[in-house]
Amino acid sequence: MDQALSQLCETVRAASEARTPLLIRASGTKDFYGNESSGALLDPRSVTGIVDYEPTELVITARAGTPLAELEQLLAENGQLLAFEPPHFGANATVGGCIAAGLAGPRRVSFGPTYGGVRDFVLGAKLVDGRGQLLSFGGTVMKNVAGYDVSRLLAGSMGILGVIAEVSIKVLPRPMSHRTLCFEMTETAAVYKLNEWAGRPLPLSASMWHDGALYLRLAGASAAVRAAHHHLGGEELDNYQADAFWASIREHKHPFFEGDAPLWRIAVPSTAATLSLVEPQLIEWNGALRWLRTRQSAEQVRECAKQAGGHATLFRNGDRSVGAFTPLTAPVAAIHRRLKAQFDPANIFNRGRLYPDL
Amino acid sequence: MDSPPHAPSPDKQRSLVAALRGFLPGDAVLFREEETRPYECDGLTLFRQLPMVVALPETEDQIRRILQLCHEHKVPVIPRGAGTGLSGSALPHPDGLLLSLAKLNRILSIDPRAQTATVQPGVRNLAISEAAARHRLYYAPDPSSQIACTIGGNVAENSGGVHCLKYGLTIHNVLRVRGLTIEGEAVEFGGLAPDAPGLDLLALVIGSEGMLAVVTEVTVRLVPVAQTARCIMASFADIGEAGDAVAALIADGIIPAGLEMLDQAATRLVEPFANAGYDLDAAAVLLCESDGTPEEVAEEIERMSAVLLAARATRIQVSNSEAERLRFWAGRKNAFPAAGRASPAYYCMDGTIPRRRLGEVLKAIQALEPKYGLRCPNVFHAGDGNLHPLILFDDADPDSVARAEAFGAEILELCVQMGGTVTGEHGVGVEKLDQMCSQFDRPTLDAFLGVKSAFDPAGLLNPGKVVPTLHRCAEYGRIRVHGGNLRFPELPRF
Ligand SMILES: Cc1cc2nc3c(=O)[nH]c(=O)nc-3n(C[C@H](O)[C@H](O)[C@H](O)COP(=O)(O)OP(=O)(O)OC[C@H]3O[C@@H](n4cnc5c(N)ncnc54)[C@H](O)[C@@H]3O)c2cc1C
Ligand SMILES: Cc1cc2nc3c(=O)[nH]c(=O)nc-3n(C[C@H](O)[C@H](O)[C@H](O)COP(=O)(O)OP(=O)(O)OC[C@H]3O[C@@H](n4cnc5c(N)ncnc54)[C@H](O)[C@@H]3O)c2cc1C
Repeated sequence: MDQALSQLCETVRAASEARTPLLIRASGTKDFYGNESSGALLDPRSVTGIVDYEPTELVITARAGTPLAELEQLLAENGQLLAFEPPHFGANATVGGCIAAGLAGPRRVSFGPTYGGVRDFVLGAKLVDGRGQLLSFGGTVMKNVAGYDVSRLLAGSMGILGVIAEVSIKVLPRPMSHRTLCFEMTETAAVYKLNEWAGRPLPLSASMWHDGALYLRLAGASAAVRAAHHHLGGEELDNYQADAFWASIREHKHPFFEGDAPLWRIAVPSTAATLSLVEPQLIEWNGALRWLRTRQSAEQVRECAKQAGGHATLFRNGDRSVGAFTPLTAPVAAIHRRLKAQFDPANIFNRGRLYPDL
Repeated sequence: MDSPPHAPSPDKQRSLVAALRGFLPGDAVLFREEETRPYECDGLTLFRQLPMVVALPETEDQIRRILQLCHEHKVPVIPRGAGTGLSGSALPHPDGLLLSLAKLNRILSIDPRAQTATVQPGVRNLAISEAAARHRLYYAPDPSSQIACTIGGNVAENSGGVHCLKYGLTIHNVLRVRGLTIEGEAVEFGGLAPDAPGLDLLALVIGSEGMLAVVTEVTVRLVPVAQTARCIMASFADIGEAGDAVAALIADGIIPAGLEMLDQAATRLVEPFANAGYDLDAAAVLLCESDGTPEEVAEEIERMSAVLLAARATRIQVSNSEAERLRFWAGRKNAFPAAGRASPAYYCMDGTIPRRRLGEVLKAIQALEPKYGLRCPNVFHAGDGNLHPLILFDDADPDSVARAEAFGAEILELCVQMGGTVTGEHGVGVEKLDQMCSQFDRPTLDAFLGVKSAFDPAGLLNPGKVVPTLHRCAEYGRIRVHGGNLRFPELPRF
């Protein structure tokens, strides 16, 4: 174990003995996401650097403090990418923060090998637990069922189980070709069409509907992309324009995300009907992700999400005291509390960040 | 290997049977030896143990009552699907109840618009694809055992198959699992909406070998059937070159729909049964498939062929019809039955290694054959680096059995040394408990025990599987240090 890592374990051990709450924070830019937490700041950025990258193995192993941009740059130089297309939301995003937040971008719902969120591509992880021990889960190979899949559990765990020190992530070849098409369409028609297309072997790699326009990204073998474009029609964006467009969706730079109205992230089954709340909306993931700007109460928004068969997260702005995430059922909450106690017996990490009692 | 004879206390058995019969029909509760015998092992027949009682519920409510009863009386519960598992993870407990989910075999709904199917746990893997076929959809993970194995077992093992390189494992294709905790409380993991709130418990439950919850309902993602598929059969003069060809395909940015390898021992084993037309002079044969639109497949087959030739393939044949494609696969799909006919018994290993080590590891396995005096053909998921060495042995000869086990253990140790894992898709069960001690350090193993107790504080659900105790690892370490070679004369404890 190198010095930065043993120092990190030592810090955690001391905090655990003193029962000092710790707030894990890398670039510290996402303090508004999730619930508020407090504690002595623990910056994992000293644990940094690419540990191993062998393009033919389709896996990259990096320390948590590695800048996400640096990792993606290295992949791009080798014609590869992170298939879950994570948002950076700024220049300093770290790999650890990306995994801990578990947020995927537009490519989350796509066809074939690129399908999936952050956890679908996590192969292994090293974690400093609440006793200051360095644990090592999973590995660097594609298939591994030795022991419970704790490394995938860390995706979206918001740092409540421990400090992620290192992760191994499955990567994929950059698609040979891509095209973005634009269609004029109502919301109902767009959601209907998207689900219909998803049921056919088309190389869909992203979708976005807002304000009467549907944007569709195709990516894959050039013959497949060409054939799909021919089949679907639509107006083609030039590639430079298209890249900028999808980046603005992923990074929330699109005008829809401006302003201080609360931003809700409503996740629903992709076929769900139009939401009962009539408010400005931006739809991604073939209909499964519906961003909503509304000042309605949390109860109303959560009820609306529930009616649609999903759940609502207060993503940005608004009053977080209502709880950023949808409450859990009692038996599932009990499992959460016991898991937290197993990994973090002194209850020091990111108290309350995910749920008030964790 | 039989576990020590252990008869459950007749009183305990009698009272459990009586209580179960209070809410289950008579034929759903088995306890006489001739009735429980069929459940004494799963697909790994080296380990056998009679359960105290077998229960065959038909509804979730019956399962709930069984669990409540067992929890109250501290009776271990071992869930079981079709019993095709290859690691002894469904091995009964002598004082426990074997919970067969086989009768919960209904497909509850198929939603072609959302491309999902919701099914009971005892539904067979292939039955889902058959039912979805009329919507031109299928369930992608396709274990070779798919005609028999259940979706509940697939969830428990995170099973894979030939299509997993491109379409993912069970974990990538299951959206939601409904289950019951050992206390009989209903829990939902995942959901039809993405990113269910809270920790991703679904990721823990998939691959948990029936130790965290009893699965009572599963919603899977279906994918559209490809318009067309073609397969390349490529011969190599050297097994190392075949391994390098796998890496070269990936390096070229290709993710084949299937990428499987058979070494020469394997092609010679299966050819007489399958008549697949394999090149029996080749040191290894690669099967490399492309699927998609006709245009896409044509483009990809051309690229794949170029890469394979550049990687020193000595012969290349591309399937020109669906019949020919299926013939290429016939040998691969019949490898296990062929091994079963060529030898009294076979022992299938399941380590996964980094792809770049394929050639090296296959050669090392070949070199071990004389050491143990046993043959070991290899037929496996090359694209994922997931090996399936088939150790051929004689199960009527105790010495042959012991040599097969020692050979297997050495292969697994080799996989760990190469930066891989002891199991890619078959699970740890009771079989690989010892090798878990080599792959993970104690704090990590203790964290696994912590996960187990977070779901099952009483430790009653499929106890003793997957995670070795401190004592067991100490013993294994002692044998490895002092025994020199890897022989375990004593019976495993669980
Ligand atoms: C809507 C939105 C807007 C954002 N805007 C900006 C912006 O304008 N500028 C900007 O720079 N960033 C921004 N971010 C945040 C961030 O850059 C990215 O989301 C990134 O992926 C998180 O990286 P981070 O290292 O900054 O995470 P942090 O915010 O530091 O951490 C995120 C979570 O992960 C936990 N965590 C971090 N590292 C670890 C670790 N090693 N182990 C365990 N837990 C860990 C933290 O405790 C926290 O719960 C934004 C995020 C969101 C969601
Ligand atoms: C010839 C042959 C070929 C095979 N090929 C492959 C292959 O290509 N890929 C692959 O991955 N595997 C393969 N296997 C292994 C095996 O088929 C899989 O592991 C399969 O998923 C087991 O399913 P099952 O229904 O038979 O489960 P079982 O063997 O009955 O049980 C397996 C595990 O699942 C648990 N379980 C079962 N049902 C439930 C439930 N409802 N709730 C909770 N736990 C449950 C059991 O407790 C046990 O731990 C093969 C096996 C054979 C015999």
